[in-house]
Amino acid sequence: MDKKGVYITERDRMAVIKLDSGYNIGVPPVSCTLISRAAPVTPQQPQIVQDDKLPTLAIVSTGGTIASRIDYRTGSVTSQFNAADILTAIPELKEIANYRTIPLATILSENMTPPIWQELARAIFHEIKGGARGIIVTHGTDTMAYSAAAISFMVDSPVPIVFVGSQRSADRPSSDNAMNAVCAAAAATSDLGEVAVVMHGTTNDDACAIHRGTRVRKMHTSRRDAFRSLGTEPIGTVEYPSRKVTLTPDAVRRGTREPALHDALDPHCALVQFFPGMSANLLKAYDGYHGLVIAGTGLGHTSTTLIPVLKQLADNGTLIVMTSQCMHGRVCDRVYDTGRDLLDAGIIEGGDTLPEVALVKLMWVLANAPDRKTAVGMMQDCLKGECTRRSTHGL
Amino acid sequence: MDYKALGLVAGIEIHQQLDTKEKLFCHCPTALRETAEHNGEFSRYLRATVSEMGEIDRAAKEEMKSNRMFRYYTYDTTCLVENDEEPPAPLNDEALAVCLTIAKMFSMTPVPQVHTMRKLVIDGSNTSGFQRTALVAFNGALPDGGQIETICLEEEAAQRVKDEVFSLDRLGIPLVEITTAPCMHTPEEVEQVAGYIGMVLRSTGKVKRGLGTIRQDVNISIASGARVEIKGVQELDLIAEVVRREVQRQQNLLSIRDELVKRGASVDAAGGTDVTALFKDTKSAVLKKAKKIHAIVLKGFAGLVGREIQPERRLGSEMSDYAKKCGVGGIFHTDELPAYGVTAEEVAQLRSHMHAVEPDCVVIVAGASEKQAACAIGQVITRAMIACSDRPVPEETRKMLETGSTAYMRPLPGAARMYPETDVLPVLIDDNRWAGVEIPELLTARAERFSAEYGIEKNYALQLASSDKLPLFEQSVKEGIRPKLAAFTILSTTTELRRDGVDIAKIPEQAYLDTWHAVQDGKAAKEAIPEIFRSIAGGSTFTEALAKLAPSVSRDELETIVRKIIAERKDFVAQKGMGALGPLMGVVMKEVRGSVDGRVVSEILRKEIAAVSGGK
Repeated sequence: MDKKGVYITERDRMAVIKLDSGYNIGVPPVSCTLISRAAPVTPQQPQIVQDDKLPTLAIVSTGGTIASRIDYRTGSVTSQFNAADILTAIPELKEIANYRTIPLATILSENMTPPIWQELARAIFHEIKGGARGIIVTHGTDTMAYSAAAISFMVDSPVPIVFVGSQRSADRPSSDNAMNAVCAAAAATSDLGEVAVVMHGTTNDDACAIHRGTRVRKMHTSRRDAFRSLGTEPIGTVEYPSRKVTLTPDAVRRGTREPALHDALDPHCALVQFFPGMSANLLKAYDGYHGLVIAGTGLGHTSTTLIPVLKQLADNGTLIVMTSQCMHGRVCDRVYDTGRDLLDAGIIEGGDTLPEVALVKLMWVLANAPDRKTAVGMMQDCLKGECTRRSTHGL
Repeated sequence: MDYKALGLVAGIEIHQQLDTKEKLFCHCPTALRETAEHNGEFSRYLRATVSEMGEIDRAAKEEMKSNRMFRYYTYDTTCLVENDEEPPAPLNDEALAVCLTIAKMFSMTPVPQVHTMRKLVIDGSNTSGFQRTALVAFNGALPDGGQIETICLEEEAAQRVKDEVFSLDRLGIPLVEITTAPCMHTPEEVEQVAGYIGMVLRSTGKVKRGLGTIRQDVNISIASGARVEIKGVQELDLIAEVVRREVQRQQNLLSIRDELVKRGASVDAAGGTDVTALFKDTKSAVLKKAKKIHAIVLKGFAGLVGREIQPERRLGSEMSDYAKKCGVGGIFHTDELPAYGVTAEEVAQLRSHMHAVEPDCVVIVAGASEKQAACAIGQVITRAMIACSDRPVPEETRKMLETGSTAYMRPLPGAARMYPETDVLPVLIDDNRWAGVEIPELLTARAERFSAEYGIEKNYALQLASSDKLPLFEQSVKEGIRPKLAAFTILSTTTELRRDGVDIAKIPEQAYLDTWHAVQDGKAAKEAIPEIFRSIAGGSTFTEALAKLAPSVSRDELETIVRKIIAERKDFVAQKGMGALGPLMGVVMKEVRGSVDGRVVSEILRKEIAAVSGGK
């Protein structure tokens, strides 16, 4: 059987061949004969015309599926687009604003690190100082909530800083990337004045939710509406396709804060989830860490067998913050003996702060507080909406 | 008509749903549902994406002309994969096995490694905006020397409920797509080949049955025409007619072009003219409602826009189909006006405003916005220019209308609409797997066997072999039921009942078997089968139906029983003569369990006793 086609790549010891019909098939490489070499395809450089009368937004791209395409080398979806490509792919964005695009990184969000958060904070601050009416950060969804929390603590902003991504890859016609990006741009030009995540509110293409950057969590592996505000309602919505933005009274308004950058982070921090039967040795491994967040059970517990090790860590200088793996509700270590013993061992209650947010906050607090006592106080204070003083919202 | 002389070339694509336990890329059942049973809805937009080669497919571009919101119905038998909210499961191996069986039945060559692709489809019928499809084998042979090019395993699209509403129950059911070479040259040949392929598919016993479970697409062209793909021919009987009508359409488009050239016809490519003001006091409901009305003069087109090219289809219908892509309801043209509430005076005004002279035709479109009207008139211009060009038959995907004529759907898609489904890993088909694929007996061979073994008439046997009750028939034969009884019930009785409006589907297969056994055991008369089935379809159990109806013994059978009883009591009857009637009455009634009218028993007994005793 002779078939002509274009050799794409070799994968798992099979040659991937694209036939004229567009179908790919896999064949043993030895069965292929070179007929001719394909002329290299030069990618088209997108031309973007902007409307000067519109406000200017800065798009800082970090990668993720809002800006991905198929990689012919591996046949898989990878982050390759720069921010300019996003405008080509989503023309409606041009009706909302002018854009400055800052390609900060092209990483999958699981590869995000605290040093990149710092670079991101600096880039955003630079854009705010440069007069951007709002900032859009394109980000992979896996760790978007961590990054949003990190920027919440590092950057005081008078303008909205909106994180956006997509749950269904941008290479599919049904991707949520376009609607999310359009809603993000609408939110970034709105009266909002804080860090937010703007993603699908439901499975429908009808509205995006605006989530506070310190109260948001990815709650589903694949659904469009995976992002949810926990312990609070979203701070606003953006309707689609009308792009009408509605903010709750609780949302921080544009111009409320003076711009400031506090980009120091202490990366020697960790987050550990307690589980029944957890060995004390696991905790001993954190000896020397500056900060440790525990996602405890229920009201904020570990087994009593771990308390001596936790005390030892605390005595050696590790700042230990208790949060709950329940996600909803606040910790209270004064109800049961175990809790009281944990407090005696030197553990700090994290209130209703989400475990991941507590970790990011701890990194920031340890690098910015002048002393340990202040650090403890800051961990118990609500700085950027990461915790609430009153539990007004149930499940 | 001499189709060979016209240079008719046709090929077909057959899409057949497979009867697997689960869908192709998720673990949902392949169950079709009533739309009233849906338990949720959601809505989405779709937008064409750029392929890895940097192009947007031309068919996808066409669908993008109107930005439509699609609604989808969900069921307790659908999941997040159909909702496009979860990555697909691995390729269903049961479906692949059926596909390989079919491939082997056509002597095809399997691909060494199957790669699942995404075929861009943004008409709303796929929530993802693409259909997953994989090329499984090549180069098959048809008995008459024809060739099968490929067999692909694909996921079925969602069923359109109405307008932009789709039902997700059908989405993801495995389909095989069999594509023949363009090797057919007459309409009848196309029908024959489609029939043969359908028979082979049914021979596997693993394909779904019923209307809509098999669909034929036909690719047709004639010399100096163009390749046109006609989608969705569901009935085999129509396929030849579709081919005939497409040949007719292409011929007519060619002759219209010749006429246009002769007349020196031309179309102004610059765009339409806003004529909204001309119709501000119109009585036409469509024009009154419109925000913008645009017009174009087609110079030299008069009479040709309204000329029939297929039954119920004109060149104007083609222009209208193109315009509809922008969301308008259709077009008006002066070949058909005054009509539809547009007055002769308005037509005269329009013609004069547009400086149209007698040989010209003016087309107008009514849009809900300036953009829509401009888009629609642009489409009319495009189609009109094609009509007078060197290639007046555009390459298109068309859909079949009820009678066998067709309407424009979109341009033929190109290879740019295919890109890898990166969420599904390739599947290796090694020599062992291929060697292990077993070929089932062809239905035609099975029919011959039935005919030879059971003495069933040949045509009847073929019907039986193709029937979805074939497994029931085989089971009945195994259980000792007379083949002719089973065959007659399956093919004739049920068909008659169905025509009578009885819901045959409600009769469980076990009830067929129970009924046949009852007939063979003399507990029910053969003539009672329709009534028993009617009762079961109405909700009775088999036992209830039997008890209720059981005129269990036919007259023939009653006579046999009576003769048997008399024979066993030969001496008694000889001795008593007619006096035996009373005592024997009781014996017979006991035997037939009282299910026969006593007067009939008495009448028969009297006759038989007379015959034996010589009337004593």
